[in-house]
Amino acid sequence: MSQPPIVEIDRVSFGYDATRRVLHDVTLRMPQGNVYAIMGQSGCGKTTLLRIIGGALRPTAGSARVLGAEIAALETHELYALRRKMGMLFQFGALFTDLSVYDNVAFPLREHTDLPAPVIRDLVLLKLEAVGLRGAANLRPSELSGGMARRVALARAIALDPKLIMYDEPFTALDPISLGVVARLIRRLNDSLGATSIVVTHDVAETLPFVDHVFFMADGRIVAEGPPGEVVRADVPFVTQFVQGNVDGAVPFHFPAPGYASDLGLGAKA
Amino acid sequence: MSGLRQPVQRLGHSVIERIVRLGFAARFFAYMILHSGTALRRFHLTIREIYFAGVLSLIIILVSGMFVGMVLALQGYETLQRYGSSEALGILVALSLVRELGPVVAGLLFASRAGSAITAEIGLMKATEQIAAMEMMAVDPIARVVAPRFWAGVISMPLLAVLFSAMGIFGGYLVGVQLIGVDEGAFWSQMQASVDVRNDILNGVIKSVVFGIAVTWIAVFEGYDAQPTAEGVSSATTRTVVTSSLAILALDFVLTALMFTGGNAG
Repeated sequence: MSQPPIVEIDRVSFGYDATRRVLHDVTLRMPQGNVYAIMGQSGCGKTTLLRIIGGALRPTAGSARVLGAEIAALETHELYALRRKMGMLFQFGALFTDLSVYDNVAFPLREHTDLPAPVIRDLVLLKLEAVGLRGAANLRPSELSGGMARRVALARAIALDPKLIMYDEPFTALDPISLGVVARLIRRLNDSLGATSIVVTHDVAETLPFVDHVFFMADGRIVAEGPPGEVVRADVPFVTQFVQGNVDGAVPFHFPAPGYASDLGLGAKA
Repeated sequence: MSGLRQPVQRLGHSVIERIVRLGFAARFFAYMILHSGTALRRFHLTIREIYFAGVLSLIIILVSGMFVGMVLALQGYETLQRYGSSEALGILVALSLVRELGPVVAGLLFASRAGSAITAEIGLMKATEQIAAMEMMAVDPIARVVAPRFWAGVISMPLLAVLFSAMGIFGGYLVGVQLIGVDEGAFWSQMQASVDVRNDILNGVIKSVVFGIAVTWIAVFEGYDAQPTAEGVSSATTRTVVTSSLAILALDFVLTALMFTGGNAG
């Protein structure tokens, strides 16, 4: 953890309006070169945190520094310049449906470079080879399975050799084989590119084995963090319940309600 | 008094919401115009959209134009022959089409065929996170996706209106001259003598350009502002057709008042 941090979040709070606060005083540091997981229940604020890191949302309070830049202070053109050093894999890939697999991967190269077509072709094939889909270059997104679409989106996300790669729920709706392939690709591409990766997910079994550091979030707060082995063994009730999938615990099974007996009118009779 | 308060509040809220949305649409328009460099510099992006908005609308425009012209000839002949001026059929068909029906009906058809498609496409791109993905790739979706579609609509609309009018005149010729038997020479020569390039044709083209701007602006804005759900995209598509149609009819009244009433009064 001695490398300079790629992401520094300091006491960040965020709310879509004054009454709905999603993040509360979140603080975290992500030194470069590692694969990080942000885990938690649906609605706990992990995707919101990822969107703040990507500059899609601005924190209501606190400081979010990414690749050395204060996100909230950036003008649009500065933010776009910063995003050229980032790659993002969306939940369902978000491939451009009117472009072929080849053109999808070539898209960021054509938009941001003046490289001649033969060089772009070589780069696209290189990226597709890295995700095992060079043979699918001429297919349309509608002809791909969910796992293949995710891998093409991954090839597109790394087209410009980003320093920071973000994954928003990359394992959603994947079969076990595709899930394993995507998980291994995240690790391998991160190491070969020398990048830093952030994986937002709630898939415990597939994620913990390949990440270096995990942040557990609940109700918009970081409740535990550390290397997966250590944090799972630590006696944090939420982490224990989340990792083991227990029905009741730190997150109660029952939504808060008045007493059952009084709701049934039994209290009055007693 | 308290019974009146809630409906008045709701009405006020609704009016404020509409004004805010109109303001947002105006800012969106200004941003789109200012960021049209990509659409004009990389013109192949706009040409591709001209194909989808313009070329694929050709069939409905040409067939409708033909039928409108044929109906005009039938109806016009019925009226003109009562006054012994059936030779003026060419003037009636041409002026009706060039001044009014060409731009207006082509505009309504364009809103239904191309406007709705533009809204649905951009709305679906938003719902499937393609717009967000583009932003994360540091590509401005308004410059890359919206502006080329806007300029394609603005370029296509007057061309479609001209083709609509041309087919309408041909339809009028088929019915008036070939079917009913109006004198061919009178049909064409009276049309040639009475239709003025500047006052009639140019004004019709100006109308169609204005309709093209209005329809395409509404279409791209509704798509970009759509709720990213199936229901949201469906509502946005409906709003595009309804709002565009009303805008065309309202603008047509204003433009007609500005263009033609002054000449008549004089």
